[in-house]
Amino acid sequence: MMPPVFTPAAFVRRIGFYVLVGLVAAFFAIPLLWLLTAPFDTTPAYGVQVPDFTLGNFRTLLANEQAMISLGESVILALGSMAVTVGGAALAAYALSRVAVPGRGALLYLLLLLSSVVTGTTAMVPIFLLMFEAGLIDSRAGVVLVMTGGLLPAAIFILKDFMDATPRSYEESARVFGARPLQILWHVVVPITRPGLATIAVWATVQVWGNFLVPFILFTDPAKQPAAVIMHTFYTEGGQPKLALISAFSLLYSAPVVAMYVFVSRRYGFRFHGGIKR
Amino acid sequence: MAQPTSPPAEPAVADEAAPGRTDGSDAAGLGRLRAALFVTPALLIIGVFLVFPALWTLYLGVTDYRLTGIAAARPSFVGFANYVRALTDPLFHNALWLTLLFVFGSAIIGQTVLGFGLAWTLRSAPRWVRGTVESLVLLAWILPGVVVAFLWIALLDSDRGTLNALLGTAGHAWLVDNPMTVLIVFNTWRGTAFSMMLFAAALAALPPSQLETARLAGASGWQTVRDVVLPHLRRHLLTNTLLISLWTFNDFTPYLITAGNPDHRSEVLPVYIYLTAIPGGQLGFGSAISLLMLVINLALAFFYLRLLRERRS
Amino acid sequence: MRHRLRSPLTGMFALAALVLPLAAGCGGGGAGPGLDPNRNADATDVTLRIAANAVAGGKNATGAQWINEYVIPTFTQRMKAKGVNVKVTFEGAGVEDEQYKTKRALDLKTRSGADLMNLDGIWTGEFAQAGYLLPLEQVVGEKANSWDGWSQIPGPIQGNSSFNGKRYGLPWGTDGRVIFYNKELFTKAGLPATWQPKSWDDILAAVRELKKLPGVTPVQLNAGTAMGEATTMQGVLPMLAGTGRDVYANGKWMGASPQLNEVLGLYKTIFDEGLGDKEVQLQAKGRDKSFAEFAEDKVGILFEGDYFWRSVINPDEGIAPMEDRDATVGYALIPAARPGSGVRGQDHVSYSGGATWMINPNTEYPQQAWELLTFMGSAEAVRKANELTSIGITQRTDVNEQVLADDPLLKMISEQVLPITSTRPSLAAYTEVSVALQQATADIVSGRSPQQAAQTYKASVERAAGGAANVSTG
Repeated sequence: MMPPVFTPAAFVRRIGFYVLVGLVAAFFAIPLLWLLTAPFDTTPAYGVQVPDFTLGNFRTLLANEQAMISLGESVILALGSMAVTVGGAALAAYALSRVAVPGRGALLYLLLLLSSVVTGTTAMVPIFLLMFEAGLIDSRAGVVLVMTGGLLPAAIFILKDFMDATPRSYEESARVFGARPLQILWHVVVPITRPGLATIAVWATVQVWGNFLVPFILFTDPAKQPAAVIMHTFYTEGGQPKLALISAFSLLYSAPVVAMYVFVSRRYGFRFHGGIKR
Repeated sequence: MAQPTSPPAEPAVADEAAPGRTDGSDAAGLGRLRAALFVTPALLIIGVFLVFPALWTLYLGVTDYRLTGIAAARPSFVGFANYVRALTDPLFHNALWLTLLFVFGSAIIGQTVLGFGLAWTLRSAPRWVRGTVESLVLLAWILPGVVVAFLWIALLDSDRGTLNALLGTAGHAWLVDNPMTVLIVFNTWRGTAFSMMLFAAALAALPPSQLETARLAGASGWQTVRDVVLPHLRRHLLTNTLLISLWTFNDFTPYLITAGNPDHRSEVLPVYIYLTAIPGGQLGFGSAISLLMLVINLALAFFYLRLLRERRS
Repeated sequence: MRHRLRSPLTGMFALAALVLPLAAGCGGGGAGPGLDPNRNADATDVTLRIAANAVAGGKNATGAQWINEYVIPTFTQRMKAKGVNVKVTFEGAGVEDEQYKTKRALDLKTRSGADLMNLDGIWTGEFAQAGYLLPLEQVVGEKANSWDGWSQIPGPIQGNSSFNGKRYGLPWGTDGRVIFYNKELFTKAGLPATWQPKSWDDILAAVRELKKLPGVTPVQLNAGTAMGEATTMQGVLPMLAGTGRDVYANGKWMGASPQLNEVLGLYKTIFDEGLGDKEVQLQAKGRDKSFAEFAEDKVGILFEGDYFWRSVINPDEGIAPMEDRDATVGYALIPAARPGSGVRGQDHVSYSGGATWMINPNTEYPQQAWELLTFMGSAEAVRKANELTSIGITQRTDVNEQVLADDPLLKMISEQVLPITSTRPSLAAYTEVSVALQQATADIVSGRSPQQAAQTYKASVERAAGGAANVSTG
């Protein structure tokens, strides 16, 4: 896009480019500022202000056993759902990509539509009654299964596009050497689609991490409730938010997903390309 | 590349030994049986934990079911009454219109255009610029919804909000005066990352030779995008549009920011459903609207498919 | 692999077979009427669970503390002395009331859940109608009526936990709505620092004086749907009561009555003359904002419950603390529209709510649950709760007389407001009627006329009530 030689026109264009990029970066960065100031303020308000610096909000939270446990519970639920989603979706997407099933695209889209019904508020009663009959109330596995059920259609939908785009020649050669299909999937297809799998993994984790309704309804034991539910507890009896605790907990609650993103993007490359050469 | 809805047309890589392995792209020799096995775990989970409760929800839509009160003990079948009521309710029309605005403004225009723009411009930007911008965009996407809602309320607060401080518009109540604009900008901010990543991937897979050819032929940036890049991106565009439309259509985060206020002026369908089904207690009616939303999304999907098919020919 | 496939499949079919009948009926559930109140009465090993929307370190933290640190150990010890091993656990939560309610309803629908539940009294009727709850006398037997604690709980407060004349639970705390005003602003505007309006005109007169002060919102009378129930409870209902009208009477919901018109007229005056801040009413966080502004001496008059005094502007633990609360903030009874025009011919009016402890009719140990319930409702336990928490006014007269002496506002409410207060009808349709009332005030704020707003209200109420036959014509 930018030629290496500096002509006046190119110079102006380059300035323009940086102004534009700067504006976009500011657009994305400015809303985040509150998360950097409010948690360290004794009396945060709606608005970014130079904090009256304190770590007291975090000390209060660290003493709150349930809040700390909830972060661990979030990790269990998110990683569990992520693993099942990625595993199930990878297998299914690969099969659907390689073997023609009439109407598979339409079927997938239909499932995608149904997943939007289930994530809506009205599906809560059927889901609760179903899980109750199945004896899965208060079960982490139950929450993982419900979350996974909602995530799988979109995960398969996205991953199938990936699998479609990978060249077949590696698989063919692997097969010539006598590899079984599962081996081919594991040793050939997974490495090629790793950035895609990583992206789905982050996506699934983020969805579970932020979900309030499903764990809230399906857990009766308060010690199992994840951070998304605990976030709702920092209000007064009259429903007014305690901003000091909410902002501090927001930071603690956001940190793990951000850390995971950084890890995944360093390790696997958090984007779709890479590896595919043709 | 294979089309998402139809099997690829290239000649089969035949494997005479196994019937059923004759599909063109089955390079690993999966076969129908094994393919079925591969699909089974996902389908089982989807069947039990998604399809079943979803159909049950849709069934509730033809009853007057409520969570409490007499109708909780003895719900009765009301046929299409909920649908008739929804279709004649001005508040439903209002919510539907706002939702379409929301989807069109924030998903189709906002996220897609900004996402593509970022993917295209950052392609050749210095590494640190690209890394910084991408990380910021992604941060907006991965933060939990509740947290993000607080961030935006703090940004837009009329007295102390950052936005008013920056623009010098002290006291302007964005959430009251421009609620839908705010939500559209918000959702663009929130969701651009997905489109950006998808298009970045697609652009990286673009044969560099074609771009080079276009450059040598003296094509401008826009001409290159239109004539060389977009035709390659059609399938990604479809995937992207289908997914983000559906997600935006069903997004509940607006509730956390405006809760439909003021006076229903930001009451998109998920908020409308929540307000009628949970505080209002009318689960039957709420479920009926879920089906209406599904049908509208289906119609949108057909519309996109058609649009892209026509362009192809 | 093929072999393994079979078990989840059969599992799925088994599951479907189990659930389908439920799906088809989609109702059922609720309490079985035929259970023996004396089941397991002699058990020596007993487990009981308590559920409340209170959680350590979060919402109602002190309520959770009371249960965890006082109720459970004390009760366990006392039962042990009687030779019974009781294991009591607490299921705390800290979420929006509507979500808490949904969860309790789902528990009761599946005949599961905690043995004792803390619910909002306003839910009594709809839970009873759904068959989720039973009268106490059916759950634990006749002794439910002979408990000595009832004599300490005033009738209107017992009514808040009753339905169709039967007690369903133990009332837990109550409150009352009054007018709060800023004495400093009153003085600046040339108004008396000690103030008790006798009519709406008195209020409007004061408010018009306050309007002359720059940067001050003269009055905050909650309006609109964004404020939710706070609009109904602090705004419309007390004003309606001031015109002599209840929203539900003689088996009918109020329609587009002349009294509603009068109330909406008051709203119109306030917002048309710029006496109230329209924007605050329309914002999702408007109520928080009005609190913050009051704490900053920017609001002259505000209609609220004692919650505002205890938890919002409380200098020690409020969310918008006012250091000089006791000196600056005055309070007055809400006057009827005109002297004597209130409900029951009163000069002053108010509305009250309160929570209630219910026994899950499906409990395995009804007698032990009753024992726990009456322990929690004893003067000793209530006093303890009041020491720990700022629950404010308790349901027990004897406790109030002792503990509220130090707090002039709470004392005033318990002595002067509770005798004249009203409570909301605890029917399922109430939530929708309430939203319709909120919408009517929102319409006024948005510039519609009281007549238009009342007509929209009427249509919504007729739908909520299940037909025009259940709505009054005048």
